[in-house]
Amino acid sequence: MSTTEAPAPAPAPSTSRQPGRAERIARRVTEANLAVVTVLAVVLGLFVGAILIVVTTGQSFGGVGRAYGALFAGSIFSPSAVGHAISTGHGWSAAFTPLSETFVAATPLIFAGLGVAVGFSTGVFNIGGQGQVIAGAICATYVGFGVDLPVWIHLPLVVAAGAAGGAVAGFIPGLLKARTGAHEVIVTIMLNYVFLYLLSYLLVTAPLQQPGQSNSISRTVPQSGRLPHLFSGGLRVNGGFLLALAAVAGVWWLMQRSTLGFRFRVIGSNPLAGRAAGMDAKMATILVLTLSGALVGLAGMSTLAGTDFFLSTGYGGANGFNAITVALLGRNKPQGVLLGALLFGALTAGGRYMQAHTGVPFDLTAVIQAVIVFFVATPALVQEIFRLRSAPGEKKILLFTKGWAG
Amino acid sequence: MRLELAGVTKRFGSLVANDHVDLTVEAGEIHCLLGENGAGKSTLMNVLFGLQRADEGEIRVDGAPVRFADPGDAIAHGIGMVHQHFMLVPVFTAADNVVLGFEPTRSGGFLDREKAREDIRRLSSEFGLEVDPDAVVEDLPVGLQQRVEILKALHRDANLLILDEPTAVLTPQETESLFAIMRGLKETGRSILFITHKLKEVLAVADRITVMRLGRVVGTTTPAGSGEHVLASMMVGRDVELVVHKDDAQPGSPVLQLEGLTVTDERGVTVIDAVDLEVRAGEIVALAGVQGNGQTELAEALLGLTQPSSGRILLDGKDITRATPREALRAGIAYIPEDRQAEGLVLDMSIADNLVLDVHDRPPFAHRGARDLTAVRESGEHKLQEFDIRARSAEVPVGTLSGGNQQKVVVARELSRPVRLLVASQPTRGLDVGSIEYVHRRIVEERDKGVAVLLVSSELDEILALGDRVAVMYRGAIVGVVPPTTGRDRIGLMMAGAGVPA
Ligand SMILES: Nc1ncnc2c1ncn2[C@@H]1O[C@H](COP(=O)(O)OP(=O)(O)OP(=O)(O)O)[C@@H](O)[C@H]1O
Ligand SMILES: [Mg+2]
Repeated sequence: MSTTEAPAPAPAPSTSRQPGRAERIARRVTEANLAVVTVLAVVLGLFVGAILIVVTTGQSFGGVGRAYGALFAGSIFSPSAVGHAISTGHGWSAAFTPLSETFVAATPLIFAGLGVAVGFSTGVFNIGGQGQVIAGAICATYVGFGVDLPVWIHLPLVVAAGAAGGAVAGFIPGLLKARTGAHEVIVTIMLNYVFLYLLSYLLVTAPLQQPGQSNSISRTVPQSGRLPHLFSGGLRVNGGFLLALAAVAGVWWLMQRSTLGFRFRVIGSNPLAGRAAGMDAKMATILVLTLSGALVGLAGMSTLAGTDFFLSTGYGGANGFNAITVALLGRNKPQGVLLGALLFGALTAGGRYMQAHTGVPFDLTAVIQAVIVFFVATPALVQEIFRLRSAPGEKKILLFTKGWAG
Repeated sequence: MRLELAGVTKRFGSLVANDHVDLTVEAGEIHCLLGENGAGKSTLMNVLFGLQRADEGEIRVDGAPVRFADPGDAIAHGIGMVHQHFMLVPVFTAADNVVLGFEPTRSGGFLDREKAREDIRRLSSEFGLEVDPDAVVEDLPVGLQQRVEILKALHRDANLLILDEPTAVLTPQETESLFAIMRGLKETGRSILFITHKLKEVLAVADRITVMRLGRVVGTTTPAGSGEHVLASMMVGRDVELVVHKDDAQPGSPVLQLEGLTVTDERGVTVIDAVDLEVRAGEIVALAGVQGNGQTELAEALLGLTQPSSGRILLDGKDITRATPREALRAGIAYIPEDRQAEGLVLDMSIADNLVLDVHDRPPFAHRGARDLTAVRESGEHKLQEFDIRARSAEVPVGTLSGGNQQKVVVARELSRPVRLLVASQPTRGLDVGSIEYVHRRIVEERDKGVAVLLVSSELDEILALGDRVAVMYRGAIVGVVPPTTGRDRIGLMMAGAGVPA
């Protein structure tokens, strides 16, 4: 929601006083617009994390500094590694490893976050991320090891299979909602279990199970079905990240510029008005859940064909759930989802490094994530803590004004 | 209580919605606030009720300055408000809604439902506001929902009641009983601030009248010191034609034909009963009737929003009985829904987007699935001018417009594409006299272009002014089609179920 004023001639007769420029900027900052609230939520998250570190590990605030230093070094860059690379001319890949790891962790969250966000802005709550990630990954794996083709045709097929798997998993609740009115929250949650156990079953039966294995592990996707690394030298960031960026642009275009996206938004906001204007709300529900599922399915594909190459029990499910958080954090906007996913990716990559180097448990990052989401979901609280003023025209900042019932 | 507003100013960005407004309401007075759409009436009331904070100025209650940070403060000072768009919880009972926020509790913090019911019965009988405390609000007709709103305010001991366009959604009978209630409240020494666009009502019920224009007070008068014409020109700043000028209709071939149309709702009740009706090109058929006699359902059935259980709908001879809303629109029907916020608008989207809701996927607004936002914006700005919609630009969310300007957006959209049949449900609800004049003229122009018009209105004045033929509905059936020259009383009787005059 923009707070900029168009200079159009107002019907009101006079403007007695225009605020000065400096005053306007100061006001912009203190006005509780959504970006400010989000940044402050991150600050609060880190603050709560710091308290937890002190309380649980008995370290001083110096320990907090070391832990957060490690969090930064593991996710953005480590000054010593960069310094080393500059002075010796070697070790550039080590210098870029933290960023690469952040992008790798963010990739599935971008896809899945986009999927969930597209649903939310159409008034559809897709809680089936776990199942759709798994469905996408299963299909991608089948196509990955099942056919023997040159890379330029094999890889696109793997990607398409991932999207198709998720799309089917999204289409089912969409169809059920449109035809019978079954609530998508219930159906998608139930489908999570269906796909979870389907995967468990497939992993111990041919042809998915790795031959000669008694463990629940799938066959491996060969080189021709894998997303290529973007750089040489062992950095894991791969083509999946570029695809995810393309998906951000694509979803932005769809929602902001296409007629279909316009219908999605109208129906998400006021289905009755949409219907009276000739829009088919049921069709939109089916389409949007299918699309949402396809994007989430790509998340499963991106980890499988990007870094893991084989399936195991419960594969990638966490990304399906974190996607909901990322969408919330990004306020259902593609750009927001991208930033939210990068933040969570950084916390994940940095958290592992922090655990390895300072002994502060990785789980701390989950707490930080939870606190951030808590404060993003309750902007009024953040506003109160930091004494921000409401932006003009907004009585309160509300996120999901739509209830779950309906 | 005596209420004074002194120099109250409220700005939205560069727009001054209230410009140094002075207003005094005496104890035991019915004070009418009159003004064009967007004049700033609702904004002033929101400031008074603590929903919005004034940028300048002072509010005084019984001489003492007060500051309202939120409605809670206003309520504590004895101010109650019934909003232009109701604020009830639809799935709660009347009793629950009335006590909401001020619930009587038993020991242990449990809700005391019995006490709540009793409170309502007591208030109901005290002020003659009959409402079943156990009725679920969404099942109640608007007139009763409004009573629940008034009861809510009285339950909180309101000494000053703000009524923002309470009569816009009421039938004449409901309006009469509202006036009786208002007079009763006045007898008890309570004051009422009453907003309406209907000049007859102002003259009937007001003690004093304050007129606003462009955010300023332009004058205060009394019913005795003015008449409809005086008030209208004070409001709009020019002379207003209060009667519609139109030539006799030149009806052409039938455009809409209904043959035994029957609709049953989900509960199995027949809401439209074997209706036969014909609307020809170039004529306005006005559908009269007390609200809730099937007019709404008829309009919805025409548009394919509900499926008829039997009978046929023909448009230009083509059977569209089973058409979807999209097919009905494409076949050439335009539809102004009776509830603009529920069915007409997407409040958080821009005016420009709302103006193309039904044609968003067609040239020039879209090409091969991609929207042309420049075309949308330009057409929006153009419509703003053409229909005199008061807004900063076509890019602002439609929800920030005043009620009447929201209505103009709906009207502008529906009159923007060539159609065969215009179905207009309460097209001037909430509009000021100047805008009503304009919309009426546009509807007559559509007729003269050869469009068939089906006008649904609960305003008998509007029916008689616009209709070339008047069809009267009662309990889902058409009891007769008569010329508009038939007397008011006769049509009134038909609306109550009496047959066609011999
Ligand atoms: N929240 C808001 N943000 C921006 N502008 C607003 C907001 N609320 C009202 N306005 C503007 O303030 C002006 C006055 O609106 P208001 O609702 O008070 O008019 P009104 O006199 O009640 O009109 P109506 O008779 O149509 O209901 C309008 O131009 C409207 O667009
Ligand atoms: Mg108003």
